[in-house]
Amino acid sequence: MSEKLVTITVDGRKISAPAGSRLLKVCLENDIYIPNLCYLEGMSDPPASCRLCLVEIEGEPGMVASCRCEIRDGMVVTSNSDDILKMRQVAFRLLVSTNDGHCNTCIANKHCELQQIAKFLRQPLRTKRLRHIDRDYPEIIDDHPVLMYEPKKCVLCGRCVYVCNQIPKGYKLDFARRGINTIISFYGSDLDPSSRDCEGCLACTEVCPVGALSSKKKWSRFIAEVKLKQEQKAARQSSD
Amino acid sequence: MKQPTASPVERLAVRSEAAVARVRKLRESPIPVIEVGAATCGRAAGALETITGFEQALADNGVEAEIRRVGCLGHCYAEPLVTIRYPGFPPLLYQKIGAGEAGILVRSFLKDGSDPCYEYLIGALEPDENFPTLMDYPRYLFEKRVVMEHCGLIDPEDIDHYLAVGGYRALAAGLEKSGEWVLEEVKAANLRGRGGAGFPAGRKWEIARAVDRNPKLVICNGDEGDPGAYMDRTLLESNPHQVLEGLALAALAVGAPSALLYIRAEYPLAVEIMEHAIAAAERENLLGDDIMGSGVSLEVSVFKGSGAFVCGEETALIQSLEGRRGMPQPRPPYPAVAGLNDLPTVINNVKTLSTVPSIIRNGHQWFTGIGTEHSPGTAIFSVVGEVEYPGLVEVPMGATLEHLVFDVCGGIKDGKALKAVQIGGPSGGCLPASLLETEIDFDSLKKVGAMMGSGGLVVMNEDTCMVEVARYFTDFTQGESCGKCTYCRIGTHHLREILQSITVGEGRLEELDDLEEISRAVIRGSLCSLGKTAPNPVLTTLRFFKDEYLAHLEEKRCPARMCRSLIAYYIDLEACARGCDACVACCPTEAIFTTSNRKKAIDQEKCVKCGECVYACPPEYDAVRRVSPPGLIPDQGIEPLPADDKDEA
Repeated sequence: MSEKLVTITVDGRKISAPAGSRLLKVCLENDIYIPNLCYLEGMSDPPASCRLCLVEIEGEPGMVASCRCEIRDGMVVTSNSDDILKMRQVAFRLLVSTNDGHCNTCIANKHCELQQIAKFLRQPLRTKRLRHIDRDYPEIIDDHPVLMYEPKKCVLCGRCVYVCNQIPKGYKLDFARRGINTIISFYGSDLDPSSRDCEGCLACTEVCPVGALSSKKKWSRFIAEVKLKQEQKAARQSSD
Repeated sequence: MKQPTASPVERLAVRSEAAVARVRKLRESPIPVIEVGAATCGRAAGALETITGFEQALADNGVEAEIRRVGCLGHCYAEPLVTIRYPGFPPLLYQKIGAGEAGILVRSFLKDGSDPCYEYLIGALEPDENFPTLMDYPRYLFEKRVVMEHCGLIDPEDIDHYLAVGGYRALAAGLEKSGEWVLEEVKAANLRGRGGAGFPAGRKWEIARAVDRNPKLVICNGDEGDPGAYMDRTLLESNPHQVLEGLALAALAVGAPSALLYIRAEYPLAVEIMEHAIAAAERENLLGDDIMGSGVSLEVSVFKGSGAFVCGEETALIQSLEGRRGMPQPRPPYPAVAGLNDLPTVINNVKTLSTVPSIIRNGHQWFTGIGTEHSPGTAIFSVVGEVEYPGLVEVPMGATLEHLVFDVCGGIKDGKALKAVQIGGPSGGCLPASLLETEIDFDSLKKVGAMMGSGGLVVMNEDTCMVEVARYFTDFTQGESCGKCTYCRIGTHHLREILQSITVGEGRLEELDDLEEISRAVIRGSLCSLGKTAPNPVLTTLRFFKDEYLAHLEEKRCPARMCRSLIAYYIDLEACARGCDACVACCPTEAIFTTSNRKKAIDQEKCVKCGECVYACPPEYDAVRRVSPPGLIPDQGIEPLPADDKDEA
């Protein structure tokens, strides 16, 4: 298939890519990292909800979500202006202000996308600038036979809702509640025997950028390991 | 046999003539007609009891009269409103008619026409020698009623009333000419969307018309959700056929075979009246198949929205129509290109559509002659708060806020001073008295940090704390945030938390910068207009009332003496009357005790600062004082009355 190539400029660098590709994808493929949480490769309709991938495009007012933006020939993009860095920092601070920050005991530790973004933006994972928000959630929601949900870790990116939506059998995940207490919910489908089929899919746990959604099996193994390590540490300390 | 070649205009002319004759006959009937304003607002004020009162009194006195329900005139301060058409008198409008007053009107006036009860009268609807007419009042004089012209004067459930005042003539003309013609007229009139954003309706229609995917759809957005705003509800309930005619014209211009009314389920009366109106219009072949023999068909239905504020946003509205959670979607694509089920969908506000028939009837030159160059036409506001005459008002665009508040709505209640107006709903801005010269139109309001919004206007007097106002509105928008995007979901929460702590005296000065920074980020970064405008109350109060923020933060003082944590009540012993105990009984926490000189004092430990004692204290003493900060309570050397004296006291 012959695709028409167009040339765009990102932060002064010229890049050629097929016309109509999404800007974020093109940047990521060309080693220009733009932070993102809600985007997934191959999404037909990115939700543009995390607002981390905002960039400036010459001739367009305001900031544009690069995950949805289709490239045009001659487009001039800025992804690293002071203005953009500041906006990203604010967005990131907002995100981590709702986070418990217990990375050591988190199943996603070391492969968490929030950690990667923190490193990139040189921002701490526990913000001192803003108050910490304790969202009105339980620590864990374990009603689902297969899935374990830790809402306090959730960044509400919606990837899990998106992939679950793609499954023809009818989806089980969606958002619930409003405002700061928005949460991912199974809407009772966790009580339906068919939700055992989730064992064979687990797509939602694979796309979760943080450690909010995981398979129960994996989660129990991980928690057992954490406990073991803690016990060993305690034993070492008492023997010293 | 009917003429097979009659055009829509000719057909309608015949029908209208019959309607005019019937309505005239009703109006000139020898039996008096009582018209009661029974829209939702009237009912809340007791209009249904008024109707029962009339029925009872008519039966008791053996008087014959016809009772009709009409819509709302927009004069909230005077509800329930009643118009009486008595042979030999001009139609007379009465205010605040409860069941008791209904009885008096029947006995004094309707029985024999002897006493038209001047004490309840507002005025005559038509010029008359013996009665003041409504045009003598500033409210009527300054208003320019285009959209609300017939509201409260016609029976919304009788299609003849609308036909008799020229209803559906615009539709007939549009059908006779063409959809393009309607589109060009509305474009030339530069009718801007009355839902808040002010996007030209004609352009929206043009975009949808140009898309070659079918079938297209037109939606009337009646998901009015601003606290204190009720313009759309009133239009739906008081003149439903005007909305339908506008909707039909929009569908004609766009080339849509079907249209939908999205009305929130909390408006049951509006839903009922609209459904009734659709059925009536279909019976008269003004909607439905082959309208008036033109070959054009339009199917209209009602959808009840489940009441999320954000569903007023058009992409969220579409999501909810598709059976999903109402969450806004990024644009483009715009709904006019790919909306409901990915088909071109035009969404217009109730007020926008209600304006269309008058444009088509009178021509675009007439419309551009009203209002300002870039915002032609009229603006409808629901004015609430501390004004003398709250209610729905329609003024030409370009009128100043001062004119609206002081001339049209009678100024501030109880001789107090105006402090601010909050314009544009929960995400509008708070403008100080110094900006009252601002003209009301889409661009001028935006310039000063407010917005037209859908037409909510809250007037606040000197007793209102602007920090608390900002907190109140931020609390509303955070609670209604769909939770999708980071800035709105978490940003507005931080704003609310900071404002909350300022109002209780626990704010930190450096958080003022956070307020500003987060507000600007939420505006720039949010996905939909709910988020993009949510910080407006914060930013405008910070800009115009920074001294109040500083007083809260630095002195722990609430200048308006409104924030409970920062005020205290005490009783001025000089003013307090010996032996009076009016305040004692009203206190919910028994904080008021008798002093050694048998006056009253407040135990600050027990006081919850409800302020009940202020109202209980007889006006001739007026002894309860409110201070901020609480440290300002003077030392009056109060000692409680010794226990053994109490029996005598």
